[in-house]
Amino acid sequence: MNPLVAYLTVAAMLFAIGLAGALTRRNAILVLIGIELMLNAANLNLIAFWRYGPHPEALTGFMFAIFSIAVAAAEAAVGLGLVIQVHRHAHSTDLDAMNRMKG
Amino acid sequence: MQEAMTFTPQLAASPVAGMVWLIPAVPIAASGVIALLKQPMRKTSAALAIGSLFFSLLLAICAFTHVLLGWMHGEAIRETVNFTWIHVGSTNVDLGWVLDPLSAVMLVMVAFVGLLIFIYSVGYMAHDENYTRFFCFLSLFAGAMLGVVISNSLLLLFMCWELVGLTSYLLIGFWYQKPTASAAAKKAFLTTRVGDIFFLLGMVWLFSQTGTLLFYNNGVGSIEPLALVGLLGQHAGLGMSAAGAIALLIFAGAAGKSGQFPLHVWLPDAMEGPTPVSALIHAATMVAAGVYLVARVYPLMQAGALAGGSTTALAVVTWVGAFTAVFAALIAVAQNDIKRILAYSTVSQLGYMMAGLGMGGVAVGMFHLITHAFFKALLFMGAGSVIHGCHEEQDIRHMGGLRKSMKLTFATYAIGMLALCGFPLLFSGFWSKDGILEAARHWPLSQMPSHMLVFGAMLTAFYMTRQVCYAFFGSYRGHAKVHESPRVMTTPLAILAFFAIALGAIGTPAWPWFASFLNGKTATLELSAFGEHGFLLLMLTSAYVVFLGLGFGWLLYGNRSPKAEEADVLEQRIPLLWKAMSNRFWIDEFYGFTFIAFYSWWGKVANWLDRRVWGGLVTLVAGTFRLWAHINRFLDTNIVDGSFDKGCEELASGGGLLARVQSGRVQAYLRILALAVAVLAALLIWSSRA
Repeated sequence: MNPLVAYLTVAAMLFAIGLAGALTRRNAILVLIGIELMLNAANLNLIAFWRYGPHPEALTGFMFAIFSIAVAAAEAAVGLGLVIQVHRHAHSTDLDAMNRMKG
Repeated sequence: MQEAMTFTPQLAASPVAGMVWLIPAVPIAASGVIALLKQPMRKTSAALAIGSLFFSLLLAICAFTHVLLGWMHGEAIRETVNFTWIHVGSTNVDLGWVLDPLSAVMLVMVAFVGLLIFIYSVGYMAHDENYTRFFCFLSLFAGAMLGVVISNSLLLLFMCWELVGLTSYLLIGFWYQKPTASAAAKKAFLTTRVGDIFFLLGMVWLFSQTGTLLFYNNGVGSIEPLALVGLLGQHAGLGMSAAGAIALLIFAGAAGKSGQFPLHVWLPDAMEGPTPVSALIHAATMVAAGVYLVARVYPLMQAGALAGGSTTALAVVTWVGAFTAVFAALIAVAQNDIKRILAYSTVSQLGYMMAGLGMGGVAVGMFHLITHAFFKALLFMGAGSVIHGCHEEQDIRHMGGLRKSMKLTFATYAIGMLALCGFPLLFSGFWSKDGILEAARHWPLSQMPSHMLVFGAMLTAFYMTRQVCYAFFGSYRGHAKVHESPRVMTTPLAILAFFAIALGAIGTPAWPWFASFLNGKTATLELSAFGEHGFLLLMLTSAYVVFLGLGFGWLLYGNRSPKAEEADVLEQRIPLLWKAMSNRFWIDEFYGFTFIAFYSWWGKVANWLDRRVWGGLVTLVAGTFRLWAHINRFLDTNIVDGSFDKGCEELASGGGLLARVQSGRVQAYLRILALAVAVLAALLIWSSRA
């Protein structure tokens, strides 16, 4: 198999696993983990397209992935902070229990 | 005469060196599997952990035999397997592993002592609820430690080093319900982190100077002569070359892990963990990782030394080691917790190893490391057996007379204690400690470390006698019924006791097999070595000092059976010094008043800044806008008329309809998002087909 296709397949599977996790889990932390998985699938795509693309020496995809990892870390920090606050408030990390913010 | 062999670079690694990576990988894999097991699967988890480490031990013995055979054929083996881990632009970051006498000896020691302690844990942790979790951590630790040992790259070593630090944290805080245990775990983690920051700085510096973190790489590794010459050419200020400065930074990391002054404070507190953990991690293996690191980067430490001379880095190692040895021994005299005495004794012995490395070279320090690992693991497991037998009692004042009720534990403990004291001729501790004292005597810079270490040896004999007299002699002062520990615990004790005696045979001056093996020389039996350089005098001095310590101890504590509430004999005689020693020279308090107070003050300042200054600014801006809003509202209600309100109402009802979509259930949103992505994907695929 073409290595690019192999990487994309793995990334697609990773994305699907993350999506399934984010959709089916009710624990906020596990949903966050699912979202992280999806993000990393996207990172894998970036790296794969960079590496097997027309300009592998340009380091653009690499920089983009590093950037995206940093953003993901910030997102995880904010997300976990929110979860902790909600947990203090509602004594639960169940997403279904956090339904008070609605229109 | 001894003839030197040179470490010849190999062209291709032998199959034995090729499989060395399995030694740490198997226990780590086992810990991964155990992590997935359910809590009640106790037997499976223990079997997995022990089985995997046993497999590692077999492989380690294979590797050791390979090196030994090469050595007996007159070639010093140093085989490395390197590979590129990260490749960015023109920069490569390489990792790899190395098989040489140093790593081979450590591999066998860590795997063997670890295996015995795993088996012992089966008995010790039998009543614990979280048995599977314990073996998961223990297995991960063993793998990480073996990883430190085989690393041929400072970076890989650092990664395993941090893994070891993590498992140490997890295992000290194993009984996290106890506030003291979780505090001790945090303290251990943070204190070692201080050293690790310096280690990391040293590593980055080394990489920026040499462009590689591999130790050995066919002549272009970072601690091989070519790189060292380049490092020596760089001046780092204070009369040091870059090599010396990097060596000192790395030593700071080693001092953190090996509990050297002033970063020793975490090690005694680490005794809050289960006793097998104390034996394995905080006595035999992990704390020795720092000593091993110094031994591993020894060419860097030694770079620039004149013939027979010392370098700044080695002198610092020596002084820190010698000071720690005496300092911790003094504290150990005045402790009452059986494990804490051993903990301070460990700190003190690690000081000996560092001093040995600083003054005598790799073989001297490493020999003490190996013998110490055996007898200190023995002592800790003996203490565990005592604690187990006395129903979790750790205060030696509430023990006494245990030699009758715990015969086997007493016999093995006595052997460990005599080995630690350095009882002449029979025990391994005597030979390894004498090697250090001998090196100290020949140190060109100063005789002070030599005197300090001899004094430390006397203190060691004294505090161990005090402990044994309290715990095993006199009459029993506790309440609970004492029982001997089960066979699964005493058998490892007996095996370790055998090695506490037998290991001495490989490092006597007459047949310095160990030193020759590590340095790649041939070993010869020369009984005349006992007479050389006044060595007999040194042996007599050290024997005299040991007997002095033992005698003093017996005189003060032997068969006294003091009451538990009664003040210690020494406390009655020298109350001031005793107070200082039993309060650990107020080092913890000093840190509490300086560093910790500073950080907590800084936290308060930051909090105040946040609340008052930034908060004030935000309130001011908010106030301005609110004022503006009030004015606007006034204009709105009085000037914008009702017809506009009507239009707004229509809009609001429309918005209300849409607002129902926002149900507040996060997962519903996620589902809509996922659906939209699916539709988008379908559209894209469909349009690309057309």
